[in-house]
Amino acid sequence: MEGSNMNDMSQIDQGVAVDTLKMRARGVDVYYGDNHAIKEVDVDIADKTVTAFIGPSGCGKSTFLRVLNRMNDTIDICRVEGDVTLEGEDIYDPKVDPVQLRAKVGMVFQKPNPFPKSIFDNVAYGPRIHGLAQNKADLENIVEKSLRRAALWDEVKDRLTAPGTGLSGGQQQRLCIARAVATSPEVLLMDEPCSALDPIATAQVEELIDELRSRFSVVIVTHSMQQAARVSQKTAFFHLGNLVEFDDTDTIFTNPSDPRTESYITGRIG
Amino acid sequence: MLWILIALIFLGSLGYVLGRQRAMASAGGDRRELHSLPNYYGLNVTLLTLVPALLVLGLWLIIQPIAVERMVERQIPNPYMEQVENPTLLMTEIRRLALGIDTAIERGFLNAEDASNLASDSDIRAQLAEAGVALGADVSETVLLAAQSFRALNATGNTWMLITVFALAFAGLAYAYARTHKDLRARNRVEYAILSILVVASSLAILTTVGIVLSMLWDTRNFFQLYPWQDFFFGLEWRPSFEGGSELGLIPLLWGTLYISLIALLVAVPIGLFAAIYMAEYATKRVRSVAKPLIEVLAGIPTIVYGLFALITVGPMLRDYFAQPLGLGDSSSSVMTAGIVMGIMLIPFVSSLSDDIINSVPQSLRDGSYGLGATQSETVKQVILPAALPGIVGAVLLAASRAIGETMIVVLGAGAAARLDLNPFEAMTTVTVKIVGQLTGDTDFSSPEALVAFALGLTLFVITLALNIFALYIVRKYREQYD
Repeated sequence: MEGSNMNDMSQIDQGVAVDTLKMRARGVDVYYGDNHAIKEVDVDIADKTVTAFIGPSGCGKSTFLRVLNRMNDTIDICRVEGDVTLEGEDIYDPKVDPVQLRAKVGMVFQKPNPFPKSIFDNVAYGPRIHGLAQNKADLENIVEKSLRRAALWDEVKDRLTAPGTGLSGGQQQRLCIARAVATSPEVLLMDEPCSALDPIATAQVEELIDELRSRFSVVIVTHSMQQAARVSQKTAFFHLGNLVEFDDTDTIFTNPSDPRTESYITGRIG
Repeated sequence: MLWILIALIFLGSLGYVLGRQRAMASAGGDRRELHSLPNYYGLNVTLLTLVPALLVLGLWLIIQPIAVERMVERQIPNPYMEQVENPTLLMTEIRRLALGIDTAIERGFLNAEDASNLASDSDIRAQLAEAGVALGADVSETVLLAAQSFRALNATGNTWMLITVFALAFAGLAYAYARTHKDLRARNRVEYAILSILVVASSLAILTTVGIVLSMLWDTRNFFQLYPWQDFFFGLEWRPSFEGGSELGLIPLLWGTLYISLIALLVAVPIGLFAAIYMAEYATKRVRSVAKPLIEVLAGIPTIVYGLFALITVGPMLRDYFAQPLGLGDSSSSVMTAGIVMGIMLIPFVSSLSDDIINSVPQSLRDGSYGLGATQSETVKQVILPAALPGIVGAVLLAASRAIGETMIVVLGAGAAARLDLNPFEAMTTVTVKIVGQLTGDTDFSSPEALVAFALGLTLFVITLALNIFALYIVRKYREQYD
């Protein structure tokens, strides 16, 4: 029941959302050594939209997510071909500094990975290295805003100097989201952000994703089809390194055009 | 001795075969009926045969000589005892004579009957010399009597030892054999025996440490009875002289030790840490596979070789290019020489430990930092090093312990002159060097000049112990925060 409610809501939102293109991928191939992990993938990421990547394990959805902020650069044997643009600029152009790119395309990981620092320093990490704050008051302001946006401020405002690793799993993940939000990225990539969380923390993070949509475009990789249906407006279904279908979430879940999508959604493959 | 062991092992093997057979027989030949695998029943019998017998054998071998000497000592008449200057020497003489007679019998120069009829007026010394046994002095009537009773007591002791040991072995064998039955929990018993071996092994390590400390404590106490502790701990002069009137102040030695260690750490910590960061974060697999073993080769070089390097290369170089032009001295042995060479020796300790620690920082932290747009050096500086800090501090303190305990490099690099000075191009020396210095050569273990070595050793032990405890504290404190 809840799922269908959320669907109705997102349908309404979709009409309101400005459908401008943020990122565009054309003919993307990824190789790990000799292994052809992603084959000829075309995806458009719209601004102020949540795009979900679904598919069985090993289908390449996380790999493709990491193409979007060049995180695959840190893996020696990984090779990417094809065009990926952020607001019309090729992000694989040699002139582009991957470090700058990652400040614009933030990332939240599967397992909460707070740094061994205080809660404040965790959130202030990005603004500090990118020089986003004019002064100390400004930095405090950014940290507070980010923590509020991650719906964590009320829980941690009295212990900002406590280590971030001392929080609960759900709080840690929201801290990581606050940390990513603090650099004011244009796109936020989330790699199965709820897979290590309990149902309550998952609900909190999902609610948060819906709020983040008002400012960023969000790309989320998820194993849970219910989650994709609840939070996203666009859904891409990956299978064995191919992009099988990419469409509005409602269409994918109610009227998929490819039989493989239908099989996956109804639980016959995957 | 050897044949006792062989016989015991034979009994043990026999026990194994018998125990196994009896267990199988009690189960009617069906091993599935047994509580444990058949081997365990055999081993159980072997253990009960061997362990008590070997334990008693070991204890007997330790206690018998002590007991025999006590008894012989009591037989020596008091008036004679009072004439002797050194009772320990007398006992040695008796033991030598007794063993000498035994050797002579073994080699066929004496038969057992002659041996027991030896008289002090015959020239025993010459007779034994013929058999290849050299005695220090002519044999007196008392010593001969004592030696004869020493031999007799030892012979009786040995006989009883054999009887007891074999009686125990047979008793153990019989008992275990009688108890062997298909329902006996042989596996648990053998497990228990293995557990005891593990416990004994770890307690031996601990007991050895305690033993070392106790032996040093004893001699340190003797030292402080001869020399006031205030003068030792707060004395600013180190001037031992075996004619008496020595000044044995700890401060100059401690100063040298700490000064050299400090320079060594100033060399080793930055170089080792930077090398570790390069190896763990930047180096490609190929570079790493070549460079890491090369760095670790440094750890395998004996310290005396480092000492030679200090003596013939580093020392003269520092003197010619730094000390003399700067007017800071013209000695080739200096704190600087020893410190730098010791620092080189410590590089692999710091780098290899830090490398392991940096590698154990989870990849997810690096990903998180890169995902926020941090560069590699920002990630290292702000995420990896703080996460690895407790381990790195531990590595540094371990290196410090090594530096404080190092001797050979100091002897050859910094000289042996105890001095309190700030000039790093001056020769100084350390606690360890002076321990060696006080104990080499002809030493009299009742003089403070020799006993001071134990006080120095104990001081060193306490310092390194405190350092290690401090390292543990640091590591624990930060680990609580980060895990």
